[in-house]
Amino acid sequence: MNIWLVLLLGGLITFGMRFSLIYLFGRFEFPETIRKALHYVPPAVLSAIVFPELFMRDGMLNLSFDNHRLLAGLVAVLVAWFSKNILITIIAGMIALFLLQLFL
Amino acid sequence: MSEQSKQFWAGVRAEIPLLIGGFPFGMIYGALAMNAGLPAAAAQLMSSIVFAGSAQFITTELVRESAPGLVIVLTIAVVNLRHMLYSASLAPYLASLSTRWKALLSYLLTDEAYAPTVIRYEKEGITPYGHWFLLGAGLVLWMDWQISTALGIWLGTAIPESWSLDFALPLTFIAMVVPVLKERPAIAAAVSAGVVALAAYSLPYQLGLIVAAFVGIVVGTVLEGRKSPRGTLPPKGTL
Repeated sequence: MNIWLVLLLGGLITFGMRFSLIYLFGRFEFPETIRKALHYVPPAVLSAIVFPELFMRDGMLNLSFDNHRLLAGLVAVLVAWFSKNILITIIAGMIALFLLQLFL
Repeated sequence: MSEQSKQFWAGVRAEIPLLIGGFPFGMIYGALAMNAGLPAAAAQLMSSIVFAGSAQFITTELVRESAPGLVIVLTIAVVNLRHMLYSASLAPYLASLSTRWKALLSYLLTDEAYAPTVIRYEKEGITPYGHWFLLGAGLVLWMDWQISTALGIWLGTAIPESWSLDFALPLTFIAMVVPVLKERPAIAAAVSAGVVALAAYSLPYQLGLIVAAFVGIVVGTVLEGRKSPRGTLPPKGTL
């Protein structure tokens, strides 16, 4: 299969999946349990993305102090919890990572 | 300023940290695609047609290994499965829009556009022009991705890795998700999904992410079902 066809099909499939439930919703009734479950998509998906970014280094679980991203991430969690401010959290996390890389 | 442009620019603003975090990834993708022997036009077009970071990274790897086209297409499908979750999650909020709007917003529905949008909807509910927020976030991310891809194609990975700009992505997700962890089921959903994501890390094609997300969603839903349903108890202090 040539690369252009791969691009086209890959794009169509990706779009199809993004469009699928947005399109179908309202065309049939979603059960109450599913509607409830949808509220847990953001915390579940986002932390499923974030955990490996913090805990895995070079494909391995790394719980040591060498894992600067884990430590900086924990700082960010605390700052997010108390400040509830996105910008402050990101800046705190970046500064924490920078300092850890500098001093540890 | 009209309500539409207010929402649009709010979306753009919310997206800024993700633009910074995503930019090095676009450049790395562009550089890798060149390395893998993709024609520059194909590498750039993939960023606009497929417009999905992790799928594009895996595609360059498969092209380098000369994998059959059908394998690449199926891989893209599996890697992007999580977008169906995003689609389901936003569907109730976009239900009243025209099909044309739904199609446009679906095209722009990446991880990075989904996150600020769903957080916004959870906080503010459906507003008449709320979808302009997603349009703003999605469009500006789209431009960011096209430009960073082009720079990666022409310059290679010009941003030093030691700057750790990519760390802005997980940080932004942390900043968005932690404040919504107000009740126990949501906390349990986040923690269980995170732990399963680590345990299932070695699964190929980002399947670990899907499995983890499902576990988290089920855990949250079951725990919520166990306690009294929302709103049936009178507020504290009235008894």
